[in-house]
Order: sequence, then structure tokens, then C-alpha cells
Amino acid sequence: MEENNEYRITMENISKTFPGVKALDNVSLKVKAGEVHGLVGENGAGKSTLIKILMGAHKKDPGSGDIKIEGKKVNINNPLQAIEHGMAAVYQHMKIAPELTVAENIFLGRQPRNNGIINWKKMNEMAREVLEEVNMENIDPRVELRSLSNVNKRMVAIAKALSQDVNIIIFDEPTAQLAEEETEELHRHIKDLKDKDISIIYISHRLDEVFNICDRVSVLRDGKLVMTDRVENLTENDLITHMVGREVGDLYYKEEIEFGDVVLEVEDLEVESKIENVSFQLREGEVLGVFGLVGAGRTEMVKSLFGVHSADSGLIKINGKEVKINSPLQAIKSGMAFIPEDRHTEGVALTQDIVDNSNLVRSLLQANYGLLNAREEQKIAEENVEDLDIRTPSIFQKLRYLSGGNQQKVVVAKWINANSKIILMDEPTVGIDVGAKKEIYKLMAELLKQGKAIIFISSYIPELLGICDKIMTLSEGRMTSVMKTSEATQEELLYYATR
Amino acid sequence: MIDDIKSFYWRHAQRITFFVILLLLWFLFSLFIPRFFSYANFFNLARRTAVVGVVSVGMTIVLISQGVDLSVGSYVALSGVLIGSFLTGARGFPELSIPLAILATFLVLGFLGFIVGFAINDLKVPSFVAGLGMMSIARGLAMVLSGGRIITGLPVEFTGFARMEFLGLPSLFIVLLVIMFGSSFMMNRTKFGRNVYTIGSSKEVALLSGINLRWNYYAIYIINALLSAIAGIMLAARLSSGIPSEGVMMELDAIAAAIIGGTGLAGGEGSIYGTMLGALLIGSLQNAGNLMGLDPFYLQIATGLVIIVAVALDQLRRQQS
Repeated sequence: MEENNEYRITMENISKTFPGVKALDNVSLKVKAGEVHGLVGENGAGKSTLIKILMGAHKKDPGSGDIKIEGKKVNINNPLQAIEHGMAAVYQHMKIAPELTVAENIFLGRQPRNNGIINWKKMNEMAREVLEEVNMENIDPRVELRSLSNVNKRMVAIAKALSQDVNIIIFDEPTAQLAEEETEELHRHIKDLKDKDISIIYISHRLDEVFNICDRVSVLRDGKLVMTDRVENLTENDLITHMVGREVGDLYYKEEIEFGDVVLEVEDLEVESKIENVSFQLREGEVLGVFGLVGAGRTEMVKSLFGVHSADSGLIKINGKEVKINSPLQAIKSGMAFIPEDRHTEGVALTQDIVDNSNLVRSLLQANYGLLNAREEQKIAEENVEDLDIRTPSIFQKLRYLSGGNQQKVVVAKWINANSKIILMDEPTVGIDVGAKKEIYKLMAELLKQGKAIIFISSYIPELLGICDKIMTLSEGRMTSVMKTSEATQEELLYYATR
Repeated sequence: MIDDIKSFYWRHAQRITFFVILLLLWFLFSLFIPRFFSYANFFNLARRTAVVGVVSVGMTIVLISQGVDLSVGSYVALSGVLIGSFLTGARGFPELSIPLAILATFLVLGFLGFIVGFAINDLKVPSFVAGLGMMSIARGLAMVLSGGRIITGLPVEFTGFARMEFLGLPSLFIVLLVIMFGSSFMMNRTKFGRNVYTIGSSKEVALLSGINLRWNYYAIYIINALLSAIAGIMLAARLSSGIPSEGVMMELDAIAAAIIGGTGLAGGEGSIYGTMLGALLIGSLQNAGNLMGLDPFYLQIATGLVIIVAVALDQLRRQQS
């Protein structure tokens, strides 16, 4: 077993059983020194469980295999021991104190002291050295962490890890809230780490990132490790097939649809200090993509169309008729629907069941003396569950107990039942499985065939190129271009988004 | 058919379980407390639960909308003072007939409820604070309007109602039943009810689904104030007087009944029937304690324990499902 020495981490035959579920089944994962190792799989495939076992947050099943670091068997029972063995994790939701300074965050719990009193000068100096090590000397260790950009916050977490003599760093969806260029910046830093012989486990939903940055990639499915290979030997479709367990075909499902009449026309939309100069036309059966970096005003723009923010000036025409929209109800009455980015706080009422959620808007549009028609609503909910293939034990299931993809389908059902014609979608596929994503795209195609029109916000260029008919770019609230998808490229979109 | 029953059980599992627990408790009390299982005692229990029960219905609606209204106890006192003053013409009040006096009391309380709703929706005051303010305002009004004295001499036609009975049930309990069925219908079968649940689940979801937050907030707090007004009028009839110091701590009893009955403080969840069971449970404990001659202060301790245990059990249930 000589070659074992080549691996910094060896997890062998790890199993983990939760009450009623086998979360991990004989998983073996090996990570070499100085490699970036991708870990992909659908939600619930066991990625987080595996990492939590490695970090000492979960215990593996007794007697189910070993964890070796540098070939030596180790026992990791808590996160502190994980750090002692040279491992640190950078999570999607940073568990750092935003009100403390950068230096304090780095040395939390081990601040240099004189007679029990924190030696700030020394701490700031030490922090500066640590930051230099990750080429981040431009971060002032004395500023509050919350004043930093998202990338810099992650870099502080990385610096903190390195200051603890860590040589294995685990990234769990590190780019989930980052814009394209921030992602690239983070990737550059990760490559630097790799050059310092640090091993990296990189968990991501975004397969383009995996191909961009990883040397090897492992795929988990239903708690089993289905493959590990070098990325050069794989295509994106191979990975998806392994993740889903069957041939998915082209992820970005799109059908050729003949466009109908112009349903929405916007001229010079302006919202104070947020949006200017937005003009476009949308036809039946058409998908308009909206691209921009974080903070470009994409969400504000669709929320203005939807009457959440009222527009200062500009013209909105629906089916050729000018409309004034000052509240979401007016927008809904003129045929619009809004599928928000944050399902949990804006999309579905988690404490309510499928019947309530799917009929919510529809019932507001009907007179019926303020009464609900329970039988009719249940029938409609049954049809939604059937048509949209919502996986649930019953229509009386509370939304809280459904998976992200199924919750998203209920949001779609809500608007289908309201008979909306123009559907505004804000990052509708963020955080849902590849399989569920494809179902959403298929659903969109179905809606488009019925003559509906869609505005589709995404941060992910391949997705926009895959499913939109034309794409608008926003930069700092200004519309900088609208182009046909057939004429658009990744570089061009990025160029206009940063102009 | 069996599926229907099963589905009914699962949707109402919590309340059905609770109801069984209440029956068991009554059974135990009946075994050990001689006078507990008697018509006279249940009549008394029903009469006593009626007033706080009506207040708890309003509180439940507010809690479901992710709010809380601390002013209900003061509302009860103020309504008692108002109805007493209008019926007797005390301290310069116009003397009104019973229906007009009730209407006038409703108008004043409805207006106060509107102010709370306005503070919450338009002035962005948290409901806890708005309720705290109104608690003080309404109590102060009750004291000022009555001069701090109990208003007596209410007409017999008015107070007689509280002593009447229909079908063997105390009239005040019948009022509670009507309000319970009515508001349960409102919460489950009308758009307004669903809007309240949706707002309580997430204000943003409600807004983005086209619900008019303003009118719904106004309505929630006006309905709550009107229910407290009904409770205050019921209490004045039962006590044959308007007492400005009544209803102190009643807001806590109402919140307790709702919470024990499965309504959460996080909004979006709860039911009128659950609250009724909660109110009956608290009432039964107090009733049993009284019959056993327990010091009422021990009952307070017991009620506190029940609140914590009930919510702890509910949390356990949620984690499992």
C-alpha cells in the first residue's frame, strides 16, 4: 500500500446511518496533496454529511472504516481536532462575527495578550502577515469584517485557516452568493493555495466551476460514491449523468416556439436611484434573460415592473395598452407573475399546505363574496400535483416539508392557477438539483407553448445562453444592451455587464 | 371513507390528541375530586371560560398574523366602563338603549383597534410596542372615564342576560361558541382568513402574492379590539358592573390559551379550536384547584408549568415530523 502516501486524506469505507436513512454507504474518498478535488452530487446525495464527518461535526457509524491523514489513522470527534489535524472548512454561510474586526475574526479565541489584556497592536500586525500570505495585503485588519466584499470575507476565512497551520481546506458552495467576476477572483486565490501545496475539497452545484478549477472530481449519489476521475476525462454531461443516475440529455431544455404578439412593452423605465433607461419588448412564447453582476439592479427592475417599487417615469404597455402599476395586485391583475429568488421568505408560505399556496393568488382574483371554495381548490391542487409532478404525500402537506424543487413547482402552480401571462423569474433554479432544474426548464417550455412570456434573471451565463431568446444586461441599474441569444457570447455579456 | 378519516386525523392530529388529553384530565379530576363531575360545576366552568375565551380568539388571530396585542385586558376594562356608562348615563354620558350602548362601545373600541393597526402598518411600530402603548392608553381611558370607580346600577335587562341559559348551557358560553364557530369559519373558509395565515407565514410572500397588507392589518387589529369589547360587555353583564381595574393580566391568559392550543409565536400557525381547548384546559386546572381548596398562587405556578410543557411537547412533535 505504498501509493497511500501520495494521498493527504484517505477516507475508507465510511458509512453513516441516520434514523431511517443510510446517508453514506461505504464511501471512499482520497485527496492528494496540492490538488483541488471537486465533490458534486444532488441535494441529499451525502456531500455535507461526508464533510461533516471529516470535520468532526458528525460521527461515522461505529466500525465503518477509517479516516487517515498523511497515511496515519486519526480520530476526529470535534471541529477543534479537525483543525489540529490540519483541516478547515469555509462554508457558504460564513460563521464569522461581522461586527468584529478582521484581525479579531482571524484570532478569535487565541488573541495575543499581555497579562490577560488583548495586545491589539501585535494582533493587527500578525493579521497583516497572515493576510499577506494569501496575497490580501490590501485588506486592513482593523476594519469591521462586514465592511468587506463577499470575496474578501471568504479570503479572511481562508487566512484564518492558514494561520492555524491548516493544509486541507474544504469549500462548501463558496461561490453561491458571488457574482461572476468575484467567483473568478476567488478561483485565482484558490489556485494560489494549490501552489502552496494545500489540498482543497471543493463542493459546488455549478459544474462549470468544477471543470474550471478542479483537478479531479468525485460524484456522490444516494450516499454512494459513484466515481472519481480527472476532469480532463469527463464532460459536463458525463458528470450530470453520474449525478442523476440516468441520461439527462441536454440540461438546457428548449423547444422551438413561434412567437406571438407583443405582450409587454417597457419604455424608459426609471426608479429613483435604482433603475434607469430600461426599455424592451416581450412577445408571447419568448424568454428574455436578464444578466448583471450582484447589485446591478436586476431584482429591483423586475420588482418595479411588479409594482413593489413604484416607477418614477417610463411607460409600461401590456397587450398594447398603457398600464399604471403601483402595487403587486395591479401587476397581477394585468397578467404578471413573480417568482422570487428567495423561495423561503418570498415565494411560498411554509406553514401553509399546497392547497393554500397554489390557490392563494387565484382566490384573490375571484369575487365569490370573500369565501373560499374548498372542493374546487382541492381539485385544482390535485391537478397541479399531477401536472407538475410535485412529489408530496398529499395536497395537505405543509410546504415546509417539501424539497426545494417541489416548493418551486408550487410557486409556479400558484401563478398558473392565476392565469398569469407574463412570468418574472428571479434566479428560479438557484440551489435546486440538476434533475429538478431540468424539470423547471421543461415546465417553462410548456408555459411558453401556451403563449406565456417569461423574463428570466440569472447569474449563470450558460443557463441564460441555454434557455433565453434574448438577453438584457444591466450594470449599476442601467440597461447596457439587449441582444439575441444567438448573437451573444459569454465574453460579450460580461463586457456589457461591467460597462 | 377510511382515507378521509385518516386524512382528517392527520390534518388535525394535534387538536384531536389535545382533546383526548383534556378528556383524560377531566376523567382523572372526576375520580379524585368529589364535586368536579357535576352539572353545576361544568356550568360554572363554561361560564368562567367564556370571557377569556372570547379574548383568546382575538389573540389567536393576531398571533397567527405574526403579531401580538397586549392591550386586550385593558380593552376589556374599558369596554366594561363604556357599556356601564352608556347604560347608566353616569358621569355625563348619554343614556342609551342596550343596542345603542353596545354599538357605541364597539365604535370606540373599533377605533382604538384601527389606531393599533395604523401604528403597525403605516408607522412601522412593532406590534408588541403598539400593543404595549395601547394597553396603557386604554387602561388610562377606563380610569379617566370612570373616575377610577366601579360603575354600578346596570339595568336588569342587561345583566339578566348573563344569568340566562339555553339548552342547559350558560348564555355567555353560547356567545363564546358562536364566536368560536364564526371566527373559525372566517379563518379557514374565507380569503381574509387565508390572507392572515399567509401574512403570518411571511409578509413578503403575502405582498408578492397581491395581498393588501394595509387593509388586512387594520382588519386584524379592529377585529381583535371588537372581540375584546364583546368580552368586556359579557363580563360587565356577569359582574353587573363596569370595573376599570378588570382584565389585568388577561392578555397573558389569552396568549397562554393560544400557545397551549398550538398557536406559535412565529406566525402562520394556529387554530381557533386549539385555543378553545387551551382555554378550557387552563380553566379546568383552575377549577379543579379551587374545588380542592388549593391556594390560587399554586395554580398560577401550575399554569406556568403547563404552558412550558405544552410548548415543549409541540416542539418535540415538530422535530419528529
